[in-house]
Amino acid sequence: MKKKGSEILVESLLKEGVEVIFGYPGGSVLPLFDSLYDAKLDFVLVRHEQAAAHAADGYARATGKVGVCVATSGPGATNLVTGLATAHMDSVPMVAITGQVKTFLIGNDAFQEADITGITRPITKHNYLVKNISELACTIKEAFHIASTGRPGPVVIDVPVDIQMQEAEFDYPECINMRSYKPTLSGHPGQIKKAVKLISQSSRPIIYAGGGVIISDANNELQELAKKINTPVTTTLMGLGGFPEDHGLSLGMLGMHGTAYANHAVMDSDLIIAIGARFDDRVTGKIDEFAPHAKIIHIDIDPTAISKNVKVDIPIVGDVKDVLTKLNKIVKAPDTEKWLKQIKQWQERHPLTYKDTGTKIKPQYVVQQINKVTKGDAIICTEVGQNQMWAAQYYTYTKPRSFISSGGLGTMGYGFPAALGAKIGKPEKIVFDIAGDGSIQMNIQELATAVANKIHVKIAILNNGYLGMVRQWQELFYKKRYSHTNMTSPDFVKLAESYGACGIRIEKKEDVKKAIEQAIGIDNVVIMDFVVEEEENVFPMVPAGQAINRMIGGMA
Amino acid sequence: MKHTVFVLVENKPGVLARIAGLFSARGFNIDSLAVGETNDPTVSRMTIIVDAKDEKILEQIKKQLHKLIDVITVGDLTTKEFFERELILLKIDTSGINRQKLDEMLDKFAGKVLSYDQQVAIVEITGSKGEINELLGLLTEMGIKELVRTGRIAIAK
Repeated sequence: MKKKGSEILVESLLKEGVEVIFGYPGGSVLPLFDSLYDAKLDFVLVRHEQAAAHAADGYARATGKVGVCVATSGPGATNLVTGLATAHMDSVPMVAITGQVKTFLIGNDAFQEADITGITRPITKHNYLVKNISELACTIKEAFHIASTGRPGPVVIDVPVDIQMQEAEFDYPECINMRSYKPTLSGHPGQIKKAVKLISQSSRPIIYAGGGVIISDANNELQELAKKINTPVTTTLMGLGGFPEDHGLSLGMLGMHGTAYANHAVMDSDLIIAIGARFDDRVTGKIDEFAPHAKIIHIDIDPTAISKNVKVDIPIVGDVKDVLTKLNKIVKAPDTEKWLKQIKQWQERHPLTYKDTGTKIKPQYVVQQINKVTKGDAIICTEVGQNQMWAAQYYTYTKPRSFISSGGLGTMGYGFPAALGAKIGKPEKIVFDIAGDGSIQMNIQELATAVANKIHVKIAILNNGYLGMVRQWQELFYKKRYSHTNMTSPDFVKLAESYGACGIRIEKKEDVKKAIEQAIGIDNVVIMDFVVEEEENVFPMVPAGQAINRMIGGMA
Repeated sequence: MKHTVFVLVENKPGVLARIAGLFSARGFNIDSLAVGETNDPTVSRMTIIVDAKDEKILEQIKKQLHKLIDVITVGDLTTKEFFERELILLKIDTSGINRQKLDEMLDKFAGKVLSYDQQVAIVEITGSKGEINELLGLLTEMGIKELVRTGRIAIAK
């Protein structure tokens, strides 16, 4: 039976199990939107295409499914760019469908035309421009396959508006076989055996787990491994929740703003078992001084991540869950008793801490209270900067997909729309966006989206009147020359109310817990404007270009 | 160090842009790039001479190329036995040139004169890297007005 291109698009999305898409209409997607009008799909209308991309991203991270967003050609598509780059850096499965001008107008500087395939080439896992309606269904099938397999990533499908209107037979391909894309999922048994040997011979091993553990749904296998070999576990920002932080072997986060004891442990270890992590510069610090005594086992699905930054002794390419399952069957425990005692000493001497004196609310205290009230069971989304680091440090993450943050790109304005996507994906969960006064203003217009679609997330603004993290660097490295980091904000309470949401301002420490409880109890979007200490710094901190055991600050 | 890498890719629009973009974004150096269809019209083959300062960079180049969705295979010919050739068309100034001497020189290197008049000659040369460099040196002395190279292509023995 012949169908219009836009109908083929919608039917294909349904075949892929898509239940909700985030987007914004426009001229080049009119036919698509007409087909969406009575489709069996939920559609969330945002107020800026960037938010559509971030929401699809947050949805994908919270559920593990492919997030889908739609925008029109030209400016609509270019507004997705930051969201695509964010998803690309953090390996998030996403499909973005953009309208394009009519096929015969492409390359003619037509109205609302942009070379989106050219623009997004370096920031997507792959992209397509559909020039023939007979390729449309197959392209969508391929796009979803590429987005969700191997190391996931965003895929753009650019569909000219005349293709959306043409008709063709609709035949959705059953399965897919791409000769040029065959990710290695199964870990090499020989390499795994070598890893077992190295582990049994070590005396100061440490597991360094990243986002890959969560993408692979391998948190149980990771726990089993840690227990079996009695080895401490530290996670990256992206790996938070991949290993329960209330477990005896948990060292929390490592790196630039990680715990001191995690950093000391890594620097002193004789074996690093890297699982689904990429030795990013935030983690390694000065690379030629990183973990000088350690051999490295690196388990990752992406061969380019292995031996990119640090020399790896035993590379194991494969899906984390697959490799850990095989490893757990044959691994033998080394004797780590002395090592664990040393680590406990570091934990006692250098805990995460802040000075809780004075009358002003400390931002770390707010995060701790959110942790307490939600019993560590909420989904925490963050913006970027100090708010992000304190959210990473002072909330106890025990479940995967409970911490949603732009790690690789560090996109301010990500948290609020991502929280909307996460809440749509996991409606039964309490979802927070922990924000700074700077970040929250970047996609504040989404208050309209949240209220209109009854997406009742809770926004906690750690309001210090500054672009906090930049101010911190200016204080520590630029002699407190606060160049353009002092910023004004609107009255967030009045702003929330103007959108039909609720707003609470908190200025006293004794009101913090009450406000959080109140916000959770209100059946609406709630902004909590916490007026916090202005010049509070995130500690410990590894200054850029230093080894990670050269931390500054943090003593109470 | 120079390495000869070949890449088999899907013959689709945009693939060349992807490869070029990859090299540019990651800061890898391309000395030359030649691309054309293979005996399978759905597959194109690229021969890229890369300048990599150490093994680690070369490994990254190969892995990053392989990661691209449209790339089918990546091969490194540098450590194998292979044949390599390049083709060059040149325009040389004929005033003050001995035609016979030119013919003798080209004959030694299997070159050809494609056209010849009072002012200008168009010459075609093909050969391995060594042969080309030697001949180019000799022709430069004669005076090259314009030159176009294909870049090297290579095939394993």
